[in-house]
Amino acid sequence: MTMLEVKNIHKAFGELQVLRGVSLDLDKGETKVLIGPSGTGKSTLLRCINQLTPPDKGEVWLDGVEITDKSVDINKYRQEIGFVFQHFNLFNHLTALKNVSIGLEKVKGIEKEEARERALEELKRVGLSDKANQYPAELSGGQKQRVGIARALAMDPKVMLFDEPTSALDPELIGEVLEVMKSLAGEISMLVVTHEMGFASSVANEIIFLENGVVVEKGSPKKFFENPDKDRTKQFLSKIATLYGDSGDR
Amino acid sequence: MSMWEFFVEIIPELMRGFSVTLSLTALALVIGFIFGIMLALGRAYGNWIVRGVCIGYIEAIRGTPMLVQVFIIYFAIPGPWPPAYWAAVLGFSINSSAYQAEYFRGAFQSIESGQMIAGRTIGMTRLQAIRNIVLPQGLRMAIPAWSNEVIYLLKYTSLAYIILVPELTRVGRLIATETARYMEVFLIIAIIYLVATIIMTDIIDRFESKVRIPGLGAQEAETSQRNVW
Repeated sequence: MTMLEVKNIHKAFGELQVLRGVSLDLDKGETKVLIGPSGTGKSTLLRCINQLTPPDKGEVWLDGVEITDKSVDINKYRQEIGFVFQHFNLFNHLTALKNVSIGLEKVKGIEKEEARERALEELKRVGLSDKANQYPAELSGGQKQRVGIARALAMDPKVMLFDEPTSALDPELIGEVLEVMKSLAGEISMLVVTHEMGFASSVANEIIFLENGVVVEKGSPKKFFENPDKDRTKQFLSKIATLYGDSGDR
Repeated sequence: MSMWEFFVEIIPELMRGFSVTLSLTALALVIGFIFGIMLALGRAYGNWIVRGVCIGYIEAIRGTPMLVQVFIIYFAIPGPWPPAYWAAVLGFSINSSAYQAEYFRGAFQSIESGQMIAGRTIGMTRLQAIRNIVLPQGLRMAIPAWSNEVIYLLKYTSLAYIILVPELTRVGRLIATETARYMEVFLIIAIIYLVATIIMTDIIDRFESKVRIPGLGAQEAETSQRNVW
């Protein structure tokens, strides 16, 4: 069953054509990893999917509904698209628990006590029950990102989008975030922008290589890493390997 | 009459004047606060028309002397009703709203846009994100700058004396003329203003640390400095 379908997305910022016809789809429970050089439109693509940055052209379908249609209430559908940010973007004035429960209370209109309990469940899921009453400034980067994931999960999304969730983290904190993401794989449909090739090769159903606003190549991790079709893909993978170490498993 | 006896004699009168000073300050602060927030939001998040109107208002008010504003209002309001006090309240409120608007806008815009975007990604409308994310943080952040406004306003209400509002300075001026003890009277008045601003500053400081977000801000800087030494 297709959860997310992205058709022929185009996006330009002024003269700069960032996306030139990107299409992809995501089945229920699937994990796909988007890779590519920086400035190549990966983050823009994620933002076009949840309409934070409305695309110039193209369609986005979420579970059978076209959310690029101007007549849909995008706020309603955004709840169903979890978004995890590179820089966490937690609400600084709220405890970890409140960061997770605020969406339930203010957006879904769930009663306070029930929202609290559900938020606690989500924090437990990311291993942070004991940090419920800490404020963001009192948490480590890895903990912040796990709260960010719990915040998105609490809305019960159909799809989760991850925008380089570990690239702002100290190396020793990356593992805990990837662990949480791995535990979600299979349960939730995920589209992940990352340079963590270990994660990509062990979790992804498909890897999509994006460059200059188009999909250069896509395929299963095995095919992609061992025997890519395009020379450009090989080149990029070898660069990543030098930078981040071999597709080692973290 | 000794200084002390003189003081005891005039203090009840001065306190009546001071209560007018306080009520002018309080009303202008509250009204200025309400309109200041609306102006700040309009300037920071409004469409170009709203933003234009807010900027025009703020700049017009900040660019003209408060005394001139009070005069304009005083002489522009026709009235059989007792206008001086209310003209002063109105003038100070209008003036304060422009300054408070700028303090708030600065604070609102210092909240990283990422938090607002995060609010939108969990389905909040723009208004919900402003209300639940920007306002609670921005208002906290504005407190130090805002405390300046409180102190300015308390002192600037003395301008009301020109349109004969019986606030502290005017009452003092009358007593001074009557008794010809200018120096003593104005010294006492200065002390009253000073004590009042010290008390207000202290109240605001306490409030600020009470609502401080754990882990953020001055407290943390202080502790980390202590750790260094």
